[in-house]
Amino acid sequence: MAILSKEEAKRILEKVVALSKADGCSASLGGQDRGNIRYARNTVNTSGEDSNTSLSVQCYYGKKSGAASINEFDDASLEKVVRRAEEVAQLAPENPEFMEPLGPQTYGPDSKTFSESTANIKPEYRAQVAADSINPAAAKDVTAAGYLEDSKGFFAIANSKGLFAYNKSTGVDFTVTMRTNDGTGSGWAAATHNDVSKINPAIISKRAIDKAVLSREAKAIEPGKYTVVLEASASADLVRLMLGMNARTADEGRSFLSKKGGGTKLGEKLVDERVNIYTDPWNDDVPAAVWAGDGQPRKKVDIIKNGVVANLFYDRYWASQKNVAPLPFGGNTIMEGGTASVEDMIKDTKKGILVTRFWYIRPVDPQTLLYTGLTRDGTFYIENGKIKHPIKNFRFNESPIIMLNNLETLGKQERAVTSEGSPNAFIPSMKIRDFTFTSLSDAV
Amino acid sequence: MKRRDFIQIAGMSAGAMILPFTSFGESVDPMRLLDPLMDTAEKKKLADIALNTTKSLGATYTDVRIGRYLNQFVSTREKKVQGIANTESFGVGIRVIVNGTWGFAATNNVTADGMKKTAERAVAIAKANSKFQKQPVQLAPTPAYGEVSWKTPIKKNGFEVPVKEKVDLLMATNARALEKGASFINSQIFMVNEQKYFASSEGSYIDQDIYRILPGFNVTVTDKASGTFKNRSSFSSPVGMGYEYLDARPEDKIQSPGDIILYNKSYDIIEDAGMAAEQAKQILAAKSVEPGKYDLVLEPSHLWLTIHESVGHPTELDRVLGYEANYAGTSFLTLDKWQSKNFKFGSEIVNIKADKTEVGSLGAVGYDDEGVKCKQWDIIKDGVLVNYQAIRDQVGIIGQKESHGCCYSQSWADVQFQRMANISLQPGKNDLTPAQMIAGVEKGIYIVKDSSFSIDQQRYNFQFGGVLFFEIKEGKIAGMLKDVAYQANTQDFWNSCAAICDKRDYRLGGAFNDGKGQPGQSNAVSHGSATARFNGVNVINTGRTI
Repeated sequence: MAILSKEEAKRILEKVVALSKADGCSASLGGQDRGNIRYARNTVNTSGEDSNTSLSVQCYYGKKSGAASINEFDDASLEKVVRRAEEVAQLAPENPEFMEPLGPQTYGPDSKTFSESTANIKPEYRAQVAADSINPAAAKDVTAAGYLEDSKGFFAIANSKGLFAYNKSTGVDFTVTMRTNDGTGSGWAAATHNDVSKINPAIISKRAIDKAVLSREAKAIEPGKYTVVLEASASADLVRLMLGMNARTADEGRSFLSKKGGGTKLGEKLVDERVNIYTDPWNDDVPAAVWAGDGQPRKKVDIIKNGVVANLFYDRYWASQKNVAPLPFGGNTIMEGGTASVEDMIKDTKKGILVTRFWYIRPVDPQTLLYTGLTRDGTFYIENGKIKHPIKNFRFNESPIIMLNNLETLGKQERAVTSEGSPNAFIPSMKIRDFTFTSLSDAV
Repeated sequence: MKRRDFIQIAGMSAGAMILPFTSFGESVDPMRLLDPLMDTAEKKKLADIALNTTKSLGATYTDVRIGRYLNQFVSTREKKVQGIANTESFGVGIRVIVNGTWGFAATNNVTADGMKKTAERAVAIAKANSKFQKQPVQLAPTPAYGEVSWKTPIKKNGFEVPVKEKVDLLMATNARALEKGASFINSQIFMVNEQKYFASSEGSYIDQDIYRILPGFNVTVTDKASGTFKNRSSFSSPVGMGYEYLDARPEDKIQSPGDIILYNKSYDIIEDAGMAAEQAKQILAAKSVEPGKYDLVLEPSHLWLTIHESVGHPTELDRVLGYEANYAGTSFLTLDKWQSKNFKFGSEIVNIKADKTEVGSLGAVGYDDEGVKCKQWDIIKDGVLVNYQAIRDQVGIIGQKESHGCCYSQSWADVQFQRMANISLQPGKNDLTPAQMIAGVEKGIYIVKDSSFSIDQQRYNFQFGGVLFFEIKEGKIAGMLKDVAYQANTQDFWNSCAAICDKRDYRLGGAFNDGKGQPGQSNAVSHGSATARFNGVNVINTGRTI
């Protein structure tokens, strides 16, 4: 029963909410069917499917609230989960930041988060993806390791004040790492989308094989400041680090958005004026649900406009303290791009480095948003507009704020797959000057 | 590596991340966490149904894990309780070998009917997967243990301690920090109980009751005028202990160089919060480090994470073989280096053991999740790489006949695979205290507690930060530094290890949620060491202006 229709979900949630005798009650119902295939050493290791549906109930008395969840949906189970949430609420200490649930809301039209073609993926498709990766790899003396995961699911909420919202979505993520059998070359490529017909795993696998072969026998060059051409995955991996633009931590003086003397950088220029970042649930390249988890409507909102901090995110409690309208985090991120391809940016570079992707990015200093990490799976030296040769990987220490102040060129946008997941973002490749590499790595 | 997609709870050590509760079990009343739910006789009866079903369908091997996973999490900030969560997850995972191929299926329907259907599904999946199989699975032998049990040797069950007592402790912790000048504090107590019943077609029925606890906080001091802030995380460690870890026993407090107090097997969270506020103010005012080569004196509360990343992960055999190539990566410790029997991983004083038995550690259990009795073994001996970490279906690849006993699954719903054992640097053989070690350093930095961390996919190049940095000049502590991080190559670093303090200084640090695999799973692991000295390590300055 993993995927319930809007009507079925509404019927169950309304029944749950009506059962509660507390001051108020909110309930959420979600379900997901997932399938995956994982391969390495040119053979399939594991593949499987799982399915789960879960109902969560939150009841409150004044500012005391309690939650319980269950994955059975007969009448007795629904009654049980409501009573349990009420019992936990009675025992809970008061939370002064508790906000009563919202009343009915008006949402915009549904966005294209659900795709029939993804919902219909069968085990045979997953096996074919693996075969289309392993066979061409083996033919080129390369070893494939990859992972495909697809999902379809729904999420719905309702409460005792009459709010109801429903969304269903699908997603597919594919990543593959190709390593040459002599151990000196490695290439990576990936794709993600709501709609599986928009990605082509066989082409992705070929791209990774080509990268692996091209990256063999890399030469070492000195670390330092370089002009870099970042493929979309690499730029997304750094841009995503600045998107937690939370008003509360900025107001509290413990954020990169806190200002000397108090206050925040809202309305101030933060990065190059060509940088425009916004959230918009109706963007078809990277759609998101039209409501946030607490039922607030989502809309198109500027985050960075012409390099200036245009908005900070306020949760409902902090907005009430500051007498401003709440603004929930968006369900996606879009950074405007340009028309240049990666090849165009290489052609236009006298001396620089092409970065396929980054890896193991971790915070160094939250004050300046300084992060460290490494290049991985395809790093090349550019000279006079051409790729000259593969180079050994570098460690970087860089802040996305500094990076976006050193912007040279914006490339084309891509649906982002970063080093540790798919952040539902549409981010361009880009060329950056003075990017800081601090040491060499022998890793292939 | 530690996964980014886990929720990070402020205030815990950098290595400690928490799985989102929604995916880890159902919310329940705290009293339910003390309800035994099902006795071992009933579990054995149900497990036998699965074992008989798979055998009749042609499985050559089966294991059944009936698991109940309980969590309690109490979180606060300043004078407010932010959240109290109690979760329970109960179900069974059945793993089989059919036609030389693994199959796995899981269900939360722990009844005779659920066992039978799930067993059939596991067999069907194995049969389907066997079409792709190029080499049949071969399991290293392990004895049948019959009906046995094991329990973490706790003194006080944290789940029996009333939630109010935990809230009061955290409120007192926050009050102390605020009184000493903290601008903000987030604090929390997280507890885990795994009740695991394992049965195999080879005749083992193993009942285990495992406990872990992680108390901690993060203190922030802000300076409005300059628009700057600094954090100081707690000096607690996640441990495989009960609530007695919070007893604040005086004998477990360690007066350390730099006039700081560290903790061993018992933690004083209130005292530490007060010190944290004072030290965060000192960090704000500290001198920014001059980059260059320094001799580093690394305290166990810091060194555990360097061991985890640069020794623990590259010695996992599945990484060496390429099974993790598409995500966490492979390893520079390739089989030829191990086969040579003379690969100089570190200096001659570097001895590193893997261990699944150390009392109080996160990794300690009686038996692993494929029924292998746990043990200790050498990884690095006198500086030379001598072994890896391997489980039943891979240890044969390195010519060994016995699994190392480090197979683990994060829940009944996930398939078990090779996970890191406790990996610990053995203390030095000669008497040496941290103060004596510092007295011998001309130009160095004494680093306390882990913070920032990053390492490449083959574990050559790493960079680590820390929480407190003390400049050492001519054998003496010369004040606090900030903006410090060190970068090194793993082999160079361990070969620069010049001295290790003796066993009196040996302590454990650890990671509560170490991530690996696709789809990802979490594992808890400890790393022990005494304070150690590394000569001539490259230090960079991480200060920037934006």
